[in-house]
Amino acid sequence: MLNLTANTFKHGVHPPENKEETNGLPIRQFPFAPLIILPMQQHIGAPSQIIVREGQEVARGQLLAKANGYMSVPMHSPVSGKVRKIANVPVISGQMAQGIYLEPFPFSSQEVIEGNPIPLSASPEEILQGIQDAGIVGLGGAAFPTHVKLKIPEGKTCEHLIINGIECEPYLTTDHRVMLEQADDIFMGIRYLLKVTGAKGVIIGIEANKQDAADHLSGRIPKDLPVKVQVVPVKYPQGAEKMLITSLLGKEVPSGGLPIEVNAVVVNVATTAEIGRLLPHGQGIQERVVTITGPAIRKKGNYLIPIGTPLRYVLEQVGASENISEVYMGGPMMGVSASNLDISIVKGTSGIVVFGDNDIKKTEKIYPCIKCGACVDACPIFLNPSKLGILAKFEAYETMAEDFNLMDCFECGSCSFVCPSNIPLVQYFRLSKGIVRKRKAALQT
Amino acid sequence: MLSKTLHISSSPHINKGVSTDMIMRNVVYALLPVVLFAVYAFGINALLVITTAVIASVLTEHALCRWSKQESTVSDWSAVITGLLLGLTLPPIFPLWMTFLGGVLAIALGKFVFGGLGYNAFNPALVGRAILQAAFPVAITTWHPSFLEDRFVSISKSVLAFPFAEPFVDGISGATPLSAFKFDKVTTDSADLALGLISGSIGETSSWIIALGGIYLIYRKMMDWRIPVTILVTVFVLSGILFLIDNQLYPSPLFMLFSGGLMLGAVFMATDMVGSPITPLGVLVYGVFIGILVVVIRIWGGLPEGVMYAILLGNALTPQIDSLIRPKVYGTKKIKV
Repeated sequence: MLNLTANTFKHGVHPPENKEETNGLPIRQFPFAPLIILPMQQHIGAPSQIIVREGQEVARGQLLAKANGYMSVPMHSPVSGKVRKIANVPVISGQMAQGIYLEPFPFSSQEVIEGNPIPLSASPEEILQGIQDAGIVGLGGAAFPTHVKLKIPEGKTCEHLIINGIECEPYLTTDHRVMLEQADDIFMGIRYLLKVTGAKGVIIGIEANKQDAADHLSGRIPKDLPVKVQVVPVKYPQGAEKMLITSLLGKEVPSGGLPIEVNAVVVNVATTAEIGRLLPHGQGIQERVVTITGPAIRKKGNYLIPIGTPLRYVLEQVGASENISEVYMGGPMMGVSASNLDISIVKGTSGIVVFGDNDIKKTEKIYPCIKCGACVDACPIFLNPSKLGILAKFEAYETMAEDFNLMDCFECGSCSFVCPSNIPLVQYFRLSKGIVRKRKAALQT
Repeated sequence: MLSKTLHISSSPHINKGVSTDMIMRNVVYALLPVVLFAVYAFGINALLVITTAVIASVLTEHALCRWSKQESTVSDWSAVITGLLLGLTLPPIFPLWMTFLGGVLAIALGKFVFGGLGYNAFNPALVGRAILQAAFPVAITTWHPSFLEDRFVSISKSVLAFPFAEPFVDGISGATPLSAFKFDKVTTDSADLALGLISGSIGETSSWIIALGGIYLIYRKMMDWRIPVTILVTVFVLSGILFLIDNQLYPSPLFMLFSGGLMLGAVFMATDMVGSPITPLGVLVYGVFIGILVVVIRIWGGLPEGVMYAILLGNALTPQIDSLIRPKVYGTKKIKV
């Protein structure tokens, strides 16, 4: 048994974990859908640029679209098949965006083609390029291009490489399963990451509800790697970069700054495993592990699903009940509601949580803020959500940003979770942040 | 084929499940033993006064919501709390028409004019009581002994006094322990005080039952324990120092703790979430401020009791405390003011 450190960040909340139904289920390969729908924007940054044409036959793993600049990643074909159509495809926001419709060959062996391997002996620049070429983004849900995150700015040094195995979102168990089943890939990924960042030590942060994963990984640490597994108490939102750094290193990332300001780089554990698996073969991401769970799902589990698999197909395969009512892409704390079933699995989809009609509590009444302070005690950033909520109602966006640190909010949802008056605080803050950003941009032009 | 329309919502999609009406309802539960003991001690008169105050508060809230064309907010239970607290702060033989007026004014002037629940600067029940104290100084200081033999069968004439009739005197009226000390330097046994075997306002007499209600709410995480604790500790320490200086001139700290409305005020009124600061440090300042005021008013002020004014002044200070005392935001160096 590993020791539980008392170190954790301050504040935060304890939502019901609901992980026990899937955390014991091994990752299973998902079947190929008859039609794959691939949006070109699956990451933060510029959409990938399509380089195939309609009617073209493609192999699994073949490049379909290239990165459009530095803040972008390419897209690889998740199946061997034929490009049916290049057109707008439905995306989670409810809008349409550019994408590719692919028809898999029905009797193909679906072998992944080999690319140009990036050996461990490659230079840091070559490895960074390899990570971008593999289309790798943060698989924890944010989908931020990993090569951008790993680029250490001039004059900064990285001491600590933190591997994020916290998975604090309720219901989700993908990182848990990856840690139990893909230890070799994770350590291979760490080798690449050490080379790129020049970090001196590695900490794998894991919450106490995944003790088995912590024990499993610490028993397999290669002798030549400076890796330490650290178990921290269960608390939401510990998986947030800033909170995890505070829990593990006891330091605060400066407001508006990146982890490198405190000499740290944080990488999600599944992303790490993906780097370790893909780079030696020069391949790109074509699938990812997704937890599918919730009261309305019969065959709950952790599935390896091809990117671009339509949500409707996924739910039919796992036996979703007829009266599904709410579908969250990601967990219930930070995940996004799906507005329709025509969207598809993207690189950032860590989980699908489905509720039926009868599983949902009726929309609760919203009361005025009674200044109970529950949100103040919950906010991990030490904001005053109560005050910010009142200011948002008055549309005092500048005051919110300048006097009450609105822009430090990362929308973890702890305040709304505890609010007895059911005030949609995070929704207010998301809108307010958008308006502040727009106004700032308008001022600059 | 799945073809249902989906509900969409903004994250987070789950809630802890503690709602505002649930908190208010639990405050009512915590107050019920206090009400029961008050009725046990003062009989039918106390029951009439409390019931009248609650009815007045709830009716006023409902009527004002209707009048301003809003959905009635009676179901959030906060008007019931206001009525109960107002009733508990009044003397046991307070005329019902004055009680009713107090309930109406507590809601109308203490809550509604500010914008209703969540926007009231002051504790509505105390606003109601302060107005009553200014309007009817005699009636509100006409006390009545507890545990009278006929308390369950006889209704006081004073309680049923006709509105705006000539001032009434209902035979028996006794001094409260605080006024006895203030004006005659007579001290009352602290054990009797704590058990509630004395005269005073309806709900101000049994400290331990009030404390029990507070402990229940603190256990349910529906009350900030720091508020009653800082107020009580401040009063105890400050009056303890004075008692050590001169134990003839100043009352004992235990007497200070268990007499008058301190326990009811510290546990159920100063803790009104709306009127108290939102940060832990702010709450500390608020509690110490109220505690000091209670001692100062009781010992050097013109009135025997100062809890009501102390809490109202604490409420008044709350916006200032909240704008001055702010926690350091994560990743920042200095605290913005």
